[in-house]
Amino acid sequence: MSSRTHVRRLIVALLLVPCVWCLVALSDDAQNARAREEIDKYREMLQEGNPAELSEARGEELWNLPAGPRRTSLAQCDLGNGPGKLEGAYARLPRYFEDTQQVQDVESRLVTCMMTLQGLTREQAISGWYKADSNMEALVTYVAGKSRGAKIQASTAHPEEQQMRALGEALFFRRSGPLDFSCATCHSQPDKRIRLSEVRDFLIPADAQAVLAQWPAYRVSQGHVWTMERRLVDCMRQMRWPEPQYLSEAIVALEAFLQKQGDGAVMQAPGIKR
Amino acid sequence: MSTRTRQSLCALLIVWAALAAAQDAGLVQERLEVALRHSFADATPDEWKARLKQDETQALCSRYRNAPPPEIAASISAQAKAGMRYPPNGKLLGDWRNGEQIASFSGGGQLSRLMPDAAGARRGGNCFACHVLTRSEVAAGNLGPSLTGYARVRGTSTESVRYAYEKIYNAQASFACSFMPRFGHNGWLTPDQVADLVAFLLDPQSPVNR
Repeated sequence: MSSRTHVRRLIVALLLVPCVWCLVALSDDAQNARAREEIDKYREMLQEGNPAELSEARGEELWNLPAGPRRTSLAQCDLGNGPGKLEGAYARLPRYFEDTQQVQDVESRLVTCMMTLQGLTREQAISGWYKADSNMEALVTYVAGKSRGAKIQASTAHPEEQQMRALGEALFFRRSGPLDFSCATCHSQPDKRIRLSEVRDFLIPADAQAVLAQWPAYRVSQGHVWTMERRLVDCMRQMRWPEPQYLSEAIVALEAFLQKQGDGAVMQAPGIKR
Repeated sequence: MSTRTRQSLCALLIVWAALAAAQDAGLVQERLEVALRHSFADATPDEWKARLKQDETQALCSRYRNAPPPEIAASISAQAKAGMRYPPNGKLLGDWRNGEQIASFSGGGQLSRLMPDAAGARRGGNCFACHVLTRSEVAAGNLGPSLTGYARVRGTSTESVRYAYEKIYNAQASFACSFMPRFGHNGWLTPDQVADLVAFLLDPQSPVNR
């Protein structure tokens, strides 16, 4: 499908947003049900032309493009299933890597590969990671797409992986800051919304699976793909916490916990979100 | 037994002990605090203190995952009651129009480097994020109960006014580990702003009651 078709569809979809807003303008409980229905329809409509496909295609090019001081591609990067073996790799991350002796998520592992294979510095590898159309965004989208149809199976065989998941679980419930928020404040009860946005209950497997199957995701409100790290960093902004460092232990621990909660989900990434 | 064998056995024991200890929630908590120090290394000491350091209530609610045993819940609520403060003029019913604005506004106090609020930016109560309050605002959340027609449901007695004020100032006075932010206690809103929200809930002219 041409990128122009994508853009046209996206514009149509965006024009429909206010209409969706009107449709949900009913009242109270009927309003809740109606809101969800319309949001689902809106999502379904967007699925037809997910602009994340552009990011995915660019990620594939980047993956095979010789780059960095060593003029080497990432084609031999080991994301856990062996060098260059991408199929299903995302669905098993984060996991423990012997060479770095760390539990790594897809983003920290890609940085390792950029440093070891391509000879980039850490600063070069992560520069602008959060920006629209960053290399990191494209690479993560491509790698996640290679797990489409694979079941999420978070690795917890290694003691470090178990430890990381336990840390993530404790962090999920850890309240702090001027609004007393933890992840659990919004994400530990079923069928809840913040304004019109659904906030899924990560303690219910079906809910956790529905979310994790869709990340990374194209965010219509942001106009580009967000990685899971970007998503979690933004949750903490809304919680009024300071910003965590990119690739930090807190973020990877949360991912380890969430992926485990989403175990068994069939990946459909890249997804599309509000 | 050779020295080598003894050493290996010792090493095994140590690993076993370490693994057993790692199961302990207390140790997980300790390790988490260390991880957070590293993960939020950019936060200034003031930011750490205000945003990440837990007070006793936050620590207890985290530890018991918001379901504290009865005696802990009672002590959390007692502490919340003891810390209750009121507007200097003693008026718990403020201006509902101000209250509506505070209830509608979601911004303020965001520290992030990527999408920060300006320092000293106005802070909102963002009540509509979690509560249905008026008929006209349809994009209201459902994390908390619907509060439409609040004055009709609760009445406008002195007790009702006081209850609403204390609920907003520190929801944990009546419900330990409530998910609702302690708006007054934490200094997010001033006592006068809390009184404005009380008026938004209870004034007959407020859209909450019309």
